[in-house]
Amino acid sequence: MSNVIRPYGDTTGDGMVQLSFTLPVPHDKRAEGAAAQLAGKMGLDPAMVVHAAQIGTSHTFFVVYGKANHLVNLDDVNVVERDYPLLTAKEVNGIVKERLGRKLVVVGACIGTDAHTVGIDAILNIKGFAGEKGLEYYRELRVLNLGAQVAVPDLVNRAIAEQADAVLVSQVVTQRDAHLHNTREMSAAFREALPPQRRPLLIIGGPRFDETMAGELGVDRIFSRGTTPADVASYITHALITSKEMVA
Amino acid sequence: MTAPALLPLDTDLIAKARRLARRAGQPVVDIARSHTTVAVERAMLRLAGLSGADPDGIPWVNRLLDAVRADVGIGHGAALPVFHAMLSEGHPDLTLLAHKAAAGAVKFTVPTGDAAVAARRAARAAVAGGVELIDRRRTERDALVAEIGDPPQRPWIYLIVATGDIYEDIPQAQAAARAGADVIAVIRSTGQSLLDYVPEGATREGFAGTYATGENFRLMRAALDETSRELGRYIRLTNYASGLCMPEIAALAGMRRLDMMLNDSMYGILFRDINPIRTFVDQRLSRQIHARAGIIINTGEDNYLTTADAVEAAHTVTVSQLLNEFFAHEAGLTDDLLGLGHAFEINPDLKDSFRMELAHALLARQLFPDAPLKWMPPTRHMTGDVFKGNLLDGFFNLAGAMTGQGILLVGMMTEAVVTPWLSDRDIALQNVRYVLNACGGLVEDFHPPADGFIANRARQVLGEAVDLLEKIVDDGLLNAIADGTFGIMKRPADAGRGLDGVEPHAEDYYNPATDLLESGPETTG
Repeated sequence: MSNVIRPYGDTTGDGMVQLSFTLPVPHDKRAEGAAAQLAGKMGLDPAMVVHAAQIGTSHTFFVVYGKANHLVNLDDVNVVERDYPLLTAKEVNGIVKERLGRKLVVVGACIGTDAHTVGIDAILNIKGFAGEKGLEYYRELRVLNLGAQVAVPDLVNRAIAEQADAVLVSQVVTQRDAHLHNTREMSAAFREALPPQRRPLLIIGGPRFDETMAGELGVDRIFSRGTTPADVASYITHALITSKEMVA
Repeated sequence: MTAPALLPLDTDLIAKARRLARRAGQPVVDIARSHTTVAVERAMLRLAGLSGADPDGIPWVNRLLDAVRADVGIGHGAALPVFHAMLSEGHPDLTLLAHKAAAGAVKFTVPTGDAAVAARRAARAAVAGGVELIDRRRTERDALVAEIGDPPQRPWIYLIVATGDIYEDIPQAQAAARAGADVIAVIRSTGQSLLDYVPEGATREGFAGTYATGENFRLMRAALDETSRELGRYIRLTNYASGLCMPEIAALAGMRRLDMMLNDSMYGILFRDINPIRTFVDQRLSRQIHARAGIIINTGEDNYLTTADAVEAAHTVTVSQLLNEFFAHEAGLTDDLLGLGHAFEINPDLKDSFRMELAHALLARQLFPDAPLKWMPPTRHMTGDVFKGNLLDGFFNLAGAMTGQGILLVGMMTEAVVTPWLSDRDIALQNVRYVLNACGGLVEDFHPPADGFIANRARQVLGEAVDLLEKIVDDGLLNAIADGTFGIMKRPADAGRGLDGVEPHAEDYYNPATDLLESGPETTG
């Protein structure tokens, strides 16, 4: 059986798709012609402009139905899977409660002179980010957000005092590579203060980090732009609980 | 416009709920009346006319207050040491004093005797200037509404813009008004609530929103005045008096003629981990300013339902509305300025979800018949399925029309997908227009039977709200907050952001702003 597929409208192989878009022109015949031409260039033939309505004075909204000429071979589809499963808050809570048997402690901060708490707050605050609640929302996590401009020694001391399982550090400012220097300072301080088996999971995040640099910076994981609280919670659960059980 | 009572609710039980809210709230008001914060003192300085920022962008109110605080603390209020320094050293204005104080060239002391009387008099005269400006802005709004007119329908249609760049926001807001919006809200940059200063000037960069600044307020209000005249209806402007600078932003809003401000009694505590005492002290002055300015506050009960289940936690919304009402009344806000919030957040897969939404919406309508209730759209159960989302928004609009809501925040089918596109906003407004046109008058016909599902559900939620209020009164509100009664957040009174900016009043504490606002508009002239 062939693994080549095309979209399905109401008959196998009809290739029918539907899309909508706005063009920055008032509604007239030429605008509709432009919409049909765009659909054609997107690979729809024939394309039917079934709806066109002006928005304000200088835009027009279109709904277009058409037959897609493109094929997809399922054998050629490559997907990059994340190396840990994405869990819901409920699943994270369940795993922590059942297998750790106590609250998992997360300490977060912006270190150095960085006062931009946007990132750490998006991940930790209950308000969250992109419609997802932050880690404070997870009942089985105990979250301490130390806020902005935390000195590295203070962060280390607090992490030890709270017996942190994971430390989250956010760095937004990148002037003179401050985010890289600060991160190296932080990971070195933890290495100095604690033996490897007692060191908390070190996680760093910020829009300008390269996610492949974790080893070089001495941290366990780097999260970049677009990371949501669930990504971080799932990773922590995986790294501290589920992956260890698989090995053991 | 008083909403008629459609549900056979026990009026004694409603009265009991209000008594309990008062008993729960009064101890917190007592704390608010006996403490001050850095934000309260900076708001006073803003009303006294101090504005602008140093070359690093730190506002002069912060520079001046930090200097005062280092010398004498804030327990006496900033007015006494600041105006004593002005008088004794002959400074002509606050800005010059702030420059000098920032350079470390002023030693602040707390005056006593005749010097204190003179400082109090000078401070009161200066702050009276700010309060008079707020009064003028209110008169100006009344005149504009009388001249141009209000929107022809209720609910008022509330739309959000948020580009981060005030000069991009302005044409978007004007376009939204032309497309049917009656209220424009400019969402703030993420994280502004945690800044302990108000940025200065027109701003062109923000994270998922635009900074609230005095200049941004002025620019947007001026643009909407133009659009209001063009459209023949007064377009209201909304921003956020929340976070660590709540009373300062309220003062700026009053002086720039904003019309509505988001201002919840517990949002900052629960969702931003701001210290409870700091929040309640800041909030009281901010609400006194809103009351004086004729600004409608919008409370944030919708947020409870985004974190807790909308059926199980329905009564926490009612409890929060009653507490917000008590704190608002205490600060001088009248019912017509109480935009108490509630939201359409019940899981649509649940049987009878719409009937429960109607019950909750009617309960709020009946408990607060004179308040312009703010009806918030579904967010929690909006997925990437934009078609289902548009249907859900239609039912949200229908519930708003059937139950006579005051302010309707327009729901977007692309909620949780993208920041709204031009076409998303257009489709959303089409949805609202269709529903209001097709059945805006349904509020007259909709009388649910006295023993029906809706009436019973409303009775049940009211009963649960009274039970929870009793528990809060027993525990004390601050302990209830510390124990995680609201949402699931535990917020103890001795922790949270901004705590170090709180001080108890010294015996000679003086704040001309509180003084003038509490004495009411008649006696200030």
